[in-house]
Amino acid sequence: MTPKFKAQAGTFESSDIMVLIEPVDEGTGRQVDLSSTVMLQFEEDIKATINQVLDAMNVGHVHLIAKDKGALTPTIKARVETAIKRSLGIQEGTL
Amino acid sequence: MKNVLGVEIPEYIEGIGKLEPYQGVWKSIIEDEVPSTNISRTLKAKKAHTSKVCSSLEDAIEKCKPFDGMTVTCHHHLRGGDGVLMQVIEILDKMGIKDITLASSSLTSAHDGLVPYVEKGMITKIFSSGIRGALGDVISSGKLKYPAIIHSHGGRVRDFLTGRIKPDLSVLAASAADVEGNATGSHGPSAFGSMGYADIDARYSKNVIIVTDNMVEYPCVPSTIRQHFVDYVVNIDSIGDTSKIASGTTRITSSPMDLRIARIAATVIEQSGLFKDGMSFQVGAGGASLAVAKFLREDMKRKSIQGSFMIGGVTSYGVDMLNEGLFKAIFDVQSFDAAVSTSVLNNPKHVEITCDQYANPNNCGAMTNKLDVVVLGALEVDVDFNVNVITGSSGEIRGASGGHSDTASGANLSVIVCPSFRGRLPIIMDRVHTVVTPGESVDVIVTERGVCVNPAKPDLAVALKKAGLKVVDIKDLKKEVDSMTGIPAKKKLGDKIVALVEYRDGTIIDVIKNVTNLG
Repeated sequence: MTPKFKAQAGTFESSDIMVLIEPVDEGTGRQVDLSSTVMLQFEEDIKATINQVLDAMNVGHVHLIAKDKGALTPTIKARVETAIKRSLGIQEGTL
Repeated sequence: MKNVLGVEIPEYIEGIGKLEPYQGVWKSIIEDEVPSTNISRTLKAKKAHTSKVCSSLEDAIEKCKPFDGMTVTCHHHLRGGDGVLMQVIEILDKMGIKDITLASSSLTSAHDGLVPYVEKGMITKIFSSGIRGALGDVISSGKLKYPAIIHSHGGRVRDFLTGRIKPDLSVLAASAADVEGNATGSHGPSAFGSMGYADIDARYSKNVIIVTDNMVEYPCVPSTIRQHFVDYVVNIDSIGDTSKIASGTTRITSSPMDLRIARIAATVIEQSGLFKDGMSFQVGAGGASLAVAKFLREDMKRKSIQGSFMIGGVTSYGVDMLNEGLFKAIFDVQSFDAAVSTSVLNNPKHVEITCDQYANPNNCGAMTNKLDVVVLGALEVDVDFNVNVITGSSGEIRGASGGHSDTASGANLSVIVCPSFRGRLPIIMDRVHTVVTPGESVDVIVTERGVCVNPAKPDLAVALKKAGLKVVDIKDLKKEVDSMTGIPAKKKLGDKIVALVEYRDGTIIDVIKNVTNLG
């Protein structure tokens, strides 16, 4: 699936992560720009978590910008999933 | 050689001298025994009716005949608002003085400006109880010529008495002073409260300059520093910004996490057997630590308990508790907000004490040895109850030893309050990056997820469990936290020792290596 709209999920609060999605042309691939307060300690881990969600949702072409303030893995997963759903226009309920 | 915690300590470091390895909390402190070296204070005569007043700080420093390789000291009572230390360094630099040893009682955010002087080698050695910010980063990256020495508050006094710190010039800020150098922090427009850390500088330095922005008519009373220790007096425009003493630390936190930890810690204290009339007590000024005072205050009132004394860094919150009669006295070595100075000045039960009396391990009357309960913070703790309050998550120097190890060693119950993780960084390690306070002197670690009791205190664990507290094995708690946060990547460290952590008895408890990936 390829995101259609700009979308975001999350906040800039401590222990949260702000995820922004920008649609890109089909065939562009994935670009993940990550900044984090725990970059030195968890850079690889956070990137792996983000890619895991994108894989699961079958998103191949996207520009994802993540600004992390030390979110735990479940938080990262939830924010990425919500942002993608919003960008696909498939959100349900309060999403 | 290795110290008792297994840390490899060099036997000798150029520029510092011979090092002794840490052996244990009380191992090197033997009753009735004086340290092997013990220096006497400087005596200097002055003729009758000569003036000490200098027209400028430059003039006063010039009269002290500064020289390359000298040791310069200041106090840090103005904390983040200090406006004196940087002026002194700038003046010495203009005079072309180099190879300075700086031995301020602590260094704060007001001293980021020291960075270029460290980089160009004007300052080559630093003694301090705390190093933070840009200065911490520059030292962590290995740019100070000799390793910095981090001492405790009590350890600093000991370092003066044994000659590890030999002060040549001490420039001491005062909020009121007279022409002879009688000086205080307790009154005047820039009042900052106790001058407890400056006492040892005044007594032992070869040259003592009092700087004030408030020259009062002779005599300046009450005064802390007395004229027979003072060589020169200078009136300057401003000693600093007293509104930055507290930097927001002394209000009770509204963070639910900190409040929860504080509530649990207060219950620990109440169930420890020490919560009774005559209890003595110390809390830090930050977050959860100060919030413990809030809960104890309520509980002391409810149960009509009157404590004996509070000591340490004193906040206006502590002053309120004194005024309510919850304690009989406060012994104040350092005032954490400017408002406390009014109480220092006016309340005879609010006693200004020297750092020597507060925490020097080698005198016969340190107040920390009279403590029942102390509540302290932590950057990291480990499964052996060691505490790190000096290095951050990248291994960079960014904190303060302060009175942490002094109070922990003396108190009957030392309680560490900290969250189990901060912004994904787990706080409980297999081994803290830097040991400042050894686990031997830590009794309880309180987190939001449970209370860990040092196995050396099995009775306490039983009492706390009986009281319904969630007492957990620290190794189990570590596993639980790690499973949520993940394991952080290894720190990127070099081989260079950039700082030595001196235990309060003068032995070396840990070394800090350079960090290779600091921005």
